[in-house]
Amino acid sequence: MTDLALDKLYGFYEQLWRIRLFEGHVQRLAAKGEVPGFPHLSTGQEAVAVGVCAHLAANDYVFSSHRAHGHVLAKGSDPYATFAEIIGRQDGLCRGRGGSMHLVDAANGVMGATGVVAGNLSLAAGAAWAAQALGDGRIAVVFFGDGATGAGVFHETLNLASLWQLPLLFVCENNGYAEFTSREEHSKVAKVSAFAAPYHLPAETIDGNDVLVVNAAAAAAVRSIRSGAGPRLLECMTYRMAGHYVGDAQRYRSKEELAAMKEKDPIDRLRAHLTQRGEPAAELEAIEKRVASEVQAAVERARQAARPDPATVLDYVYSQPLSTTAEA
Amino acid sequence: METTFIEIMRQALDEEMTRDASVYLIGEDVAAGGAFGVSRGLVDKHGPLRVRNTPISEAAITGLATGAALCGLRPVLEIMFIDFATLAMDCLVNQSAKYRYMSGGQLSVPMVVRTQAGAAGGAAAQHSQSLESWFIHVPGLVVVAPSSPVEAYGLFKSSLRLDDPVLFIEHKRLYAMKEHLPADAAAIPLGRARVAREGSDVTVIAYSAMVRTALEAAQQLAQEGVSVEVIDLRTLAPLDIETLVRSVTKTRRVVIAHEAVECGGVGAEVAARLGAAAFDELDAPIMRVGCPFAPIPFAPELEQALLPGREQIVRAVRELTS
Ligand SMILES: Cc1ncc(C[n+]2csc(CCOP(=O)(O)OP(=O)(O)O)c2C)c(N)n1
Ligand SMILES: [Mg+2]
Repeated sequence: MTDLALDKLYGFYEQLWRIRLFEGHVQRLAAKGEVPGFPHLSTGQEAVAVGVCAHLAANDYVFSSHRAHGHVLAKGSDPYATFAEIIGRQDGLCRGRGGSMHLVDAANGVMGATGVVAGNLSLAAGAAWAAQALGDGRIAVVFFGDGATGAGVFHETLNLASLWQLPLLFVCENNGYAEFTSREEHSKVAKVSAFAAPYHLPAETIDGNDVLVVNAAAAAAVRSIRSGAGPRLLECMTYRMAGHYVGDAQRYRSKEELAAMKEKDPIDRLRAHLTQRGEPAAELEAIEKRVASEVQAAVERARQAARPDPATVLDYVYSQPLSTTAEA
Repeated sequence: METTFIEIMRQALDEEMTRDASVYLIGEDVAAGGAFGVSRGLVDKHGPLRVRNTPISEAAITGLATGAALCGLRPVLEIMFIDFATLAMDCLVNQSAKYRYMSGGQLSVPMVVRTQAGAAGGAAAQHSQSLESWFIHVPGLVVVAPSSPVEAYGLFKSSLRLDDPVLFIEHKRLYAMKEHLPADAAAIPLGRARVAREGSDVTVIAYSAMVRTALEAAQQLAQEGVSVEVIDLRTLAPLDIETLVRSVTKTRRVVIAHEAVECGGVGAEVAARLGAAAFDELDAPIMRVGCPFAPIPFAPELEQALLPGREQIVRAVRELTS
């Protein structure tokens, strides 16, 4: 694991910062009232997105949850168009129709985030089924939270994916909470990976805050899936350093717990690893600075982007007009 | 030669699967022919990968079809009874219907959900419903309800070729109905209603199995000297208001008939739209014929007592013409 090429590690470091800083702007502008809706930040969980997406080709499919920004950026979507979508602009990925919870960048394999917990799982299975049927060599990855495992469709999809041996990677980001309620209050089953065994679906629980661990586990899982060995599940133990949504007062977590989580920061951990390998602090700071100004530029450009024309509000409902009268 | 609704649907499926390699048929028991035998034998011709049984997981298989439709397939999903579409509601309403819109036109969901509805033969409260009005309320869905085997053939072909999600509702009472499928039968455009019988005194608007019932009522009323025009909506969403207005302009009186519960049904929407679009053309209030506000009962006497039929339509027309 430690013999990973340096340029890879630097690449991870850069991507982790890109997501962290990007979401910092979401938080800042949300507080100023510039972000409609209620965006969910992945702050603290970035290593999962980065470590998994490192193994995906542009045309592999990614389905994401309500906490999607990290997955979308890690998959390689343009920060400008992504941010423009999050603030509802015409230049946004979805022309302002989707927003934070419905980011889609189809050309880049981002097939959609979802605002319905667990609603993405079966869609990802469908994408994997299409890839299998067409024999195009793609795989599908679905990111979901620990809370999604309470939904029936989670179990239905595990069963189906295993039964049909779909090229699908389930990635659970287990951050210990679903909104304001801890995992212990949701299920007797502590480990999400335990749900996979009865369906004969290989699964493992890993440290999701160590990008090197995620990278290695995802590499093995993706290799296996591409070889035709069927679906896999990775449970990535992580921690959301921010609230459930921007503005969450977080009364359900103690000060001690919040302080302890700082120790788990995936960026700090990769920095420590790089420093330990003798990489100069100045170099690492330079990366952070460069990414910061790049993200800042994308955000500022997005803030200047045109708002959607209200006259286009009925566009995209159907692929073609079918009605003889204008729809009400 | 006359063939049944089931056989004609099977032929339509077979032809479309032969024409387009991206068409896949999935659902509970479909490889075994499905609960009503519509897909019988298709697995032998098109193989077990293209005609595939699924577990009894309506939520997951609807997502499966939707996800596949996003990624290059054109799936036909069979939901055995529309009553079980309740288990697929999240996907249909929150995902399938909205994908095109939410993605700003990047993606679409070319999928047909074939399902079977309506009351017959003591299927009782959980296998007999007509739930179509729930779906016409959802922007992004197309809802089609054919009234005969030949209609089903043409409407299914258009449904399958459309790039939007279609709920294709087959009435179980039509399954045994026989018709001759003309050699030149072709795809029937969606979003266009059909004048099933011309008349001049009253317009009866119906769809699905109720079109046949309306035609029988029209026949009976003709003997009493009342000329009834029967319109088959074909597509419930979007609605073809133009054709309805044209008819109403001629007859000035309207009855809307469906088997679904009258309250909040398709008829309510049609009435409201006609009221707005053709108020000045109407000489009388719009009448509705639908199921009373009760679940479908089991015992044959009760089932028959509840279901609206020819008698109810005749009565409504008489009321408008007396
Ligand atoms: C079906 C459904 N129920 C409830 C909600 C409201 N909700 C939004 S996020 C969330 C918690 C999800 O927890 P988890 O899956 O662990 O993801 P996390 O937020 O921790 O990333 C809930 C209950 C929803 N969006 N969808
Ligand atoms: Mg969680």
